[in-house]
Amino acid sequence: MQPFTYHRATSMADALREAALPGAAILAGGTTMVDLMRGDLWAPSRLVDIGRLAELERVETGGDTLRFGALARMADVAEDAFLQANYPALTESLQLAASQQLRIAATVGGNLLQRTRCPYFRDGSSPCNKRSPGSGCSALRGDTRDMALFGASERCIATYPGDWGAALAAFDTSIEVASPSGTRTIPFAELHRAYGDDPAVETTLRPGEIITAILVAATPIGRRSTYLKVRDRRSYAYATVSAAVALEMDGDTITRARVALGGVASKPWRAAAAGTALEGQRLTRDRAFTAGEAAFADAVPRGDNGFKIELGRNAVAKAVLVAAGRAS
Amino acid sequence: MTDGLPSRTTLELRLRINGRDHALGLDPRTTLLDALREHIGLTGTKVGCNHGTCGACTVHVDGRRQLACLMLAAMAEGREITTIEGLVSADGTPHPMQEAFVAHDALQCGYCTPGQIMSAVSCVEEGHARSDAEIREYMSGNLCRCGAYPNIVAAIREVAGTSAAPSGGRSA
Repeated sequence: MQPFTYHRATSMADALREAALPGAAILAGGTTMVDLMRGDLWAPSRLVDIGRLAELERVETGGDTLRFGALARMADVAEDAFLQANYPALTESLQLAASQQLRIAATVGGNLLQRTRCPYFRDGSSPCNKRSPGSGCSALRGDTRDMALFGASERCIATYPGDWGAALAAFDTSIEVASPSGTRTIPFAELHRAYGDDPAVETTLRPGEIITAILVAATPIGRRSTYLKVRDRRSYAYATVSAAVALEMDGDTITRARVALGGVASKPWRAAAAGTALEGQRLTRDRAFTAGEAAFADAVPRGDNGFKIELGRNAVAKAVLVAAGRAS
Repeated sequence: MTDGLPSRTTLELRLRINGRDHALGLDPRTTLLDALREHIGLTGTKVGCNHGTCGACTVHVDGRRQLACLMLAAMAEGREITTIEGLVSADGTPHPMQEAFVAHDALQCGYCTPGQIMSAVSCVEEGHARSDAEIREYMSGNLCRCGAYPNIVAAIREVAGTSAAPSGGRSA
């Protein structure tokens, strides 16, 4: 781990002042960051610990917008009874992520910024355009089982690993960020960048900005929602593929549908075509599979990950049926 | 040297471990795990993967289980830290979970056991020990290379006061 100075922020203003200094990085739960720093995958020269800013821990579910303070803990949001009843896709995505120790430490804001689990990025030595821009992509000629089917480029084919992000992508979500010049909100679809020429730059956050909250439009579509995660082992594993589905129905007709995918794309991935394939249609088993096919129609397989197309189609279909079966 | 900062600094920290205050001068890079083992001499908390994946370093931070390998010591200042050494009562009586692990032979080599026990105590306190399936799910962050899992589940079930039948698991 490279040397750094440590500053415990005493207020938001203090945090923003410190975050604007050269080499600064924001420390929240630390679960991703300490690991990356120990692997020399990230070497900030100043840490600004915002962990004591209690005003960033609040979760508000009463109004037109669900507001998740950036420092709310994954474990606590997962067990929120209102959210479990009204937005099960969100709570399930948290419950199925990581382990309880990690969910207690990790924050819902920091979670969004976790880095890829690509082994060539993590090993610290293989050529990797994300870790060492211009050095090449080892995965292109390597083991591609867990590489992206969507949103990859010839510079990088790594997947975004987060479950919470995949679930948020199925809703009308935006991210509130603060900087010394004020507050702005970013549509969630624009927080993570698709891999273009520089896969090392993963988000549209500007230097010195701090995520303060996650905002989700309150909507009845949340009740008939689910997060279905397929893993290599039963618990405590990243998604092989996952599907977040949210439906509104009138009788057995689907009036609104949202589908997002996890574990198979360079960023949290909204599968718009799958939603379109469902809207205005009667819910049937065949229609659910049609949505699965639509979700993966544009998938670009690379060798070892081709099996995820059929797996993913089936996951979407099952998630549609699970969501539809929930009481509205 | 970057940005005019000294390459080494020392943080003066006060850590409260098992009800006792410790004044320490530490490199900011020191994790809570290394502070406990190398600076305070509490070696009950184990280094496993040092990576957040095995659970051997599980301790309680303000009463909730966390991984000491992924927490900087500086982040723990002002928090109440409990380690396996702190579970024993003042008169030396082991915690009921420690007794249950012995009674159920819930270990073989014993290396993961302090982390298992700290995690198990929390699992029961959180109310996540209502069935075998729930125990397995909420203990999934603690790996045991010897494979003592059935006996670990039995020990936790006993302390939780449940006599749950083995079940097929949770649905999503």
